[in-house]
Amino acid sequence: MKKKKKKSSWLYNDTAAGYFFVMPFIIGFLCFTIVPIVSSFLYSFTNYSMVNTPKFVGLSNYIRMFTKDPAYFKAFRVTLVYVITSVPMRLVFALLVALLLNAGTRFTGFYRALYYLPTLVGGSIAISVTWKLMFQTEGLINQLLQAVGIDSHVGWLTQTKTALGVLIALSIWQFGASMIIFLAGLKNIPLIYYEAASVDGANAFVKFFKITLPMLSPVIFFNLIMTLINGFVNFTQAYVITAGKPVNSTMMYVMYLYNQAFRNGNMGYACGMAWIMLILIAVLTAFIFKSSDAWVYYESSLSDKKKKKRRGQNGKKAQA
Amino acid sequence: MAKKRRLRKILYHVFTLCFGFVMVYPLIWIIMSSFRESAEILRDSVRLFPKVWTLENYIDGWKGFGDGGYTFGTYFWNTFVICVVGTVGAVISSTMVGYGFARIHFPGKGIWFICMMLTMMLPGQVLSIPQYILFNKLGWVGSNLPLIVPAFFGQGFFIFLTMQFIQGIPYELDEAARIDGCSRYSTFVHIILPLIKPAVITTTIFSFYWKWDDYFGQLLYLVKPKSYTVSVALKLFADPESLGDTGPMFAMAALSMLPVLIIFLFFQKYLVEGISTTGLKG
Repeated sequence: MKKKKKKSSWLYNDTAAGYFFVMPFIIGFLCFTIVPIVSSFLYSFTNYSMVNTPKFVGLSNYIRMFTKDPAYFKAFRVTLVYVITSVPMRLVFALLVALLLNAGTRFTGFYRALYYLPTLVGGSIAISVTWKLMFQTEGLINQLLQAVGIDSHVGWLTQTKTALGVLIALSIWQFGASMIIFLAGLKNIPLIYYEAASVDGANAFVKFFKITLPMLSPVIFFNLIMTLINGFVNFTQAYVITAGKPVNSTMMYVMYLYNQAFRNGNMGYACGMAWIMLILIAVLTAFIFKSSDAWVYYESSLSDKKKKKRRGQNGKKAQA
Repeated sequence: MAKKRRLRKILYHVFTLCFGFVMVYPLIWIIMSSFRESAEILRDSVRLFPKVWTLENYIDGWKGFGDGGYTFGTYFWNTFVICVVGTVGAVISSTMVGYGFARIHFPGKGIWFICMMLTMMLPGQVLSIPQYILFNKLGWVGSNLPLIVPAFFGQGFFIFLTMQFIQGIPYELDEAARIDGCSRYSTFVHIILPLIKPAVITTTIFSFYWKWDDYFGQLLYLVKPKSYTVSVALKLFADPESLGDTGPMFAMAALSMLPVLIIFLFFQKYLVEGISTTGLKG
């Protein structure tokens, strides 16, 4: 009897306990995500500049963005080129390295650490600053080229043709996280499949395209979405290495947004830009999700088992 | 046949090592350059080892760039404070929220869970402007509060990581505790917390590491030289307008990577597992 009474008290109430534990997230979500999202939507219809009282200007921020601001379009295009080139190249490179390291020798752990090192420190200012020095006209890259006999005096960072390439190269160099995820995915492919294919006389290429790629497709799918989103919001590297120069050829979206907001004080305009980017990323992610039915392969038997297991656990939870 | 196989093996290792060396070469270059004399860095930095080894860059670099008389000691301390306090907040909040989502059934859970997953996909840069306006109204711009306080309210990635981990723990344990009269609160403290140590370590490492490498947030909010972090200071050091020399800049860049490299050296297992599990199950 006593126990039953205890159970009905607030201490044993699951709703109270659930909200107690999740409360930090709910508060944080409302304050630091919902309030900013909603307020930025409202600000995007004003001429707010941090110092004035915001005045409603209707759609003029959006109209200006799409019809009167060539720099905005340039930033849009530069970011798109950056994402479309760097994301696939990084993923392909990561996959190639993962295949190389998947040989499973005693040193695999060491090699994995070695190849991950660039990514570990890659997002830091230290690397951005170094990258800038490396690609200067008298920098390491030209010195190396001269050392092997190519008389190179290319100003990698000062030419519109090459400046964006320097940033793309840095992005590809950060392949480590994708590589680790691919390596883990490769390890999960049952060896039996390869053995069966060998018995049937399949060569390495057929095995790669018929077994490895389909089995890896869920992992590739996840990687594609994450690298894509991160590519769109690149700021640090463009800001530090090229600062958008020369002639805005490396002016990324977020950097242009930053300049509009904090250099020119166009907060309302910048809020509108942020919203357009949010919509763009959402649409793109949704598109990839939709397309995933066509090219992402899920092992049906395995996922069914998982579903059953989960259902069982939920049932238990409901009982408890 | 055996001979051929061994040759292939040797070729594999030689190739993998050489290629790996090319990949990490920029890092080696930073470290070597930090011991070079400034004049040598720009003239012949192709040579792997410095002609003359010198510690002068570290001594010069540590002094900073004369901006208000602050040294890199101040900048390192500022970064350290943000990383440690923020990480403590991230660990406490994320384990709590992770437990709530993983184990307790309550009305509205589904909606909050979807919100949590959405925040994981939402890039922080999109929210940066309105958040700045918000923090400006609170009078927090110029302090490190905007970089620390949000960490105390849970972060999607860490919540998800903790959830994954708790779901791997048999639910029978919770039930047994409940039969013995444990409430959800004491189950969390006495049963779950001791069991999710690996998840806590992974969260600690990632939180520290991300905060250490962050630049965008620090650039927005830390406007006074007194509160600069290493990232902000390094960027200013490298600007052509500042008086910073390349040698001292390399020395401070190398020093700034040291904490992350040490963490990697000791906790590599957790880092790798954190990346691969959340990646696979995302």
